[in-house]
Amino acid sequence: MKIPTHYIARNLWVRKLTTALTAGGMALVVFVFAAVLMLDAGLKATLVATGSPDNVVVIRQGAQTEVQSGISRDQAALIETAPEVARGADGLPLVSKEVVVLNSLPKIDDLTKRSNVVVRGLPDMGKTLRPQVSIVQGRMFRPGSSEIVVGRSVARGFAGVEIGQQLSFAARQWTVVGIFDGGMTAFDSEIWGDVEQMMQAFRRIVYSSVIAKLAAPDLFAALKVRLDDDPRLKVDIKREAQFYSDQSSSLSNFITLLGMALSIIFSLGAMIGATITMYAAVATRTAEIGTLRALGFQRGSILLAFLIEALLLAAVGGIVGLIAASFLTAITVSTTNFQSFSELAFAFTLTPGIVLSALAFSLVMGFVGGFLPAIKASRMKIVDALRAD
Amino acid sequence: MFFLNFVFRNVFRAKLRSTLTIVGLIIAILAFGLLQTVVRAWYAGADAASATRLITRNAISLTFSMPVYYRDKIRSVPGVTSVSVSNWFGGVYKEPKNFFAQFAVDAPTYFPMYPEFVFDTEQYQAFMRDRRGAVIGRQLAELYGFKVGDVIPLKSGIYPGSWEFNVRAIYDAKDETTITRQMYFHYDYLNEQLKRTAPRRGDLAGVFVVGINEGQAAPNISRVIDAEFKNSLAETLTETEKAFTLGFVAMIETIVVAIEGVSYVVILIIMAVAANTMAMTARERLSEYATLKALGFKPGAVAAMIIGEAFLLAALGAGLGMLLTPIVVKGFHAATVSVFAKMPLVAQTFYLQAACAVAVGMVAGIVPAIRAARVKIVDGLRHVA
Repeated sequence: MKIPTHYIARNLWVRKLTTALTAGGMALVVFVFAAVLMLDAGLKATLVATGSPDNVVVIRQGAQTEVQSGISRDQAALIETAPEVARGADGLPLVSKEVVVLNSLPKIDDLTKRSNVVVRGLPDMGKTLRPQVSIVQGRMFRPGSSEIVVGRSVARGFAGVEIGQQLSFAARQWTVVGIFDGGMTAFDSEIWGDVEQMMQAFRRIVYSSVIAKLAAPDLFAALKVRLDDDPRLKVDIKREAQFYSDQSSSLSNFITLLGMALSIIFSLGAMIGATITMYAAVATRTAEIGTLRALGFQRGSILLAFLIEALLLAAVGGIVGLIAASFLTAITVSTTNFQSFSELAFAFTLTPGIVLSALAFSLVMGFVGGFLPAIKASRMKIVDALRAD
Repeated sequence: MFFLNFVFRNVFRAKLRSTLTIVGLIIAILAFGLLQTVVRAWYAGADAASATRLITRNAISLTFSMPVYYRDKIRSVPGVTSVSVSNWFGGVYKEPKNFFAQFAVDAPTYFPMYPEFVFDTEQYQAFMRDRRGAVIGRQLAELYGFKVGDVIPLKSGIYPGSWEFNVRAIYDAKDETTITRQMYFHYDYLNEQLKRTAPRRGDLAGVFVVGINEGQAAPNISRVIDAEFKNSLAETLTETEKAFTLGFVAMIETIVVAIEGVSYVVILIIMAVAANTMAMTARERLSEYATLKALGFKPGAVAAMIIGEAFLLAALGAGLGMLLTPIVVKGFHAATVSVFAKMPLVAQTFYLQAACAVAVGMVAGIVPAIRAARVKIVDGLRHVA
């Protein structure tokens, strides 16, 4: 015979303060747990969205980032002529030869604090290869001019990048003429301008990277073999999505490791809270347990009833924690990715997987916390229990 | 005396509950102390900075260099005592996870500005004689088992090719704040190699380290230096070494702030647990409190007993947690020594831990104390827990 669930639930309702405090502790743990998973999911989502499956990034061999890389004009021409590279309707190769530098800009909320922003010089083709990028305010930079456009996250996080303002670097004034939306990609954290103008200004004779669109997604291996075998080229080639996710693997690992360690330590506290509450529940209801047993409820039913009570308690905590965490989705986090040494903005992202993990995590806490008290309750002798005051 | 005795005995009446609460408190205070220390660890570089050293770098960003001849112009600025060159090498030893800082420096001008690096004179001279020589810090040497005479092969993403350096000296720290986890080698060697393989990248300096005669003059000297190169191709940004180092922390400030914020969440969690314990305790003893009142104890005395009990609980848990903190921090540092050069446990961390304990005790005790103080003797005596 099973003890009715509403009977169990009402036990929680009777002791409101205790229930609220215990569930509250668990809610905080679930909040931290979910927040960390959401942060990592947001970071990954941003990076996955940044890369198109049929785009490849070519950088100098051994260079970990575009900033460190250098590709000469001759080398870029060789990549352009590879047959695996797609061509547009006009027969031109879909290749963008770009220059990427870092510019340290003051943050909008504290001008004394600076962070590195990616400044990318790119030709018209660079925009074609990134269809997810669109201008949301102002206009695109004109080729051959000292105009620049800034990504949404840059516009939000840094000072001096409003439309009409000028940035001064490489002995030139660069006028901001537009703000673009990168569609929640890493491009939101970049500033774009004309590649040839930037090469001249920075006195550079080599590109940083070459972005190429494959004629078909499965031609990647063929192109890689071709570039690796060419003695004139010393380059690394990666799919764009892979390139971006490799660049943030450290940050992602750091967030996950730190978050999991914290969640586990914090959950110890919450589980202790649940144990205390459940032991108290058992102690104050000893006579009640005796009565239930005398009425014919089995030990197993008593065990189950107290376990369910603990799980319900945890579920309340889990749901409250998740609701609180879901408000985080409105927040965008911006920090320096130390692998690329540049600022990267990403949002807390709630996925169905995270909801399930967080609820499962809270139930595990409830189970562990409620287990010993439930055992104690189920082991009571009827006579002793009934005799208790 | 009676009062204290009463409180003390009450704490351990429900042994299991008190023990669990204390264990929870220990964990929370430990976790809090550890997180605070990790936050502090990011600032270790700034602690090591000297007030009489400035860093001049390219105003665009650190990834841009400056012509090395700037050195002579900087040296002629009044108040400047010496100028050295330092280039970030960004090399990797065997595998990417083996990452440590390497700098190509102009040794004859660099090390006199860093008296906190203590060298063996003979080793230092051997380093000066070897063009491909390198010096490494004690901590770095211990981390990878490097010895004097070893060859360290490095691959750099910034400077292509394979590089090899001979360890000629191992330097020690002069005091607690000195970080000895870097490697230095001769700028001239790097420069000569570059001039051969990539001439356009030769004769460039990543940063200039500028020694000045007194710290107070730093803002002025910085302005004069930056004005010197205004409107040139490589404009400069000069700041104190401390500001320069803090600039790195500012870049990841979001993460540092998040860790600090989260450290208070664990205190909130344990606050809820302790408050729950006290609420249950007080509820069970409501009839006792009524009895005490009937015997003539003032409501304030009853309230003080409950708050005292909450404080004692918090003090026991926090005290044990604080005692264990140095051990846990040491263990954690041993596991993360490749990430954090220093993990200084500062007095402030202990003060914060103590403050948190007081807050937990107060919050946990206040509601039940008020309730017990207010309870009418008749109701209390009639109360069944």
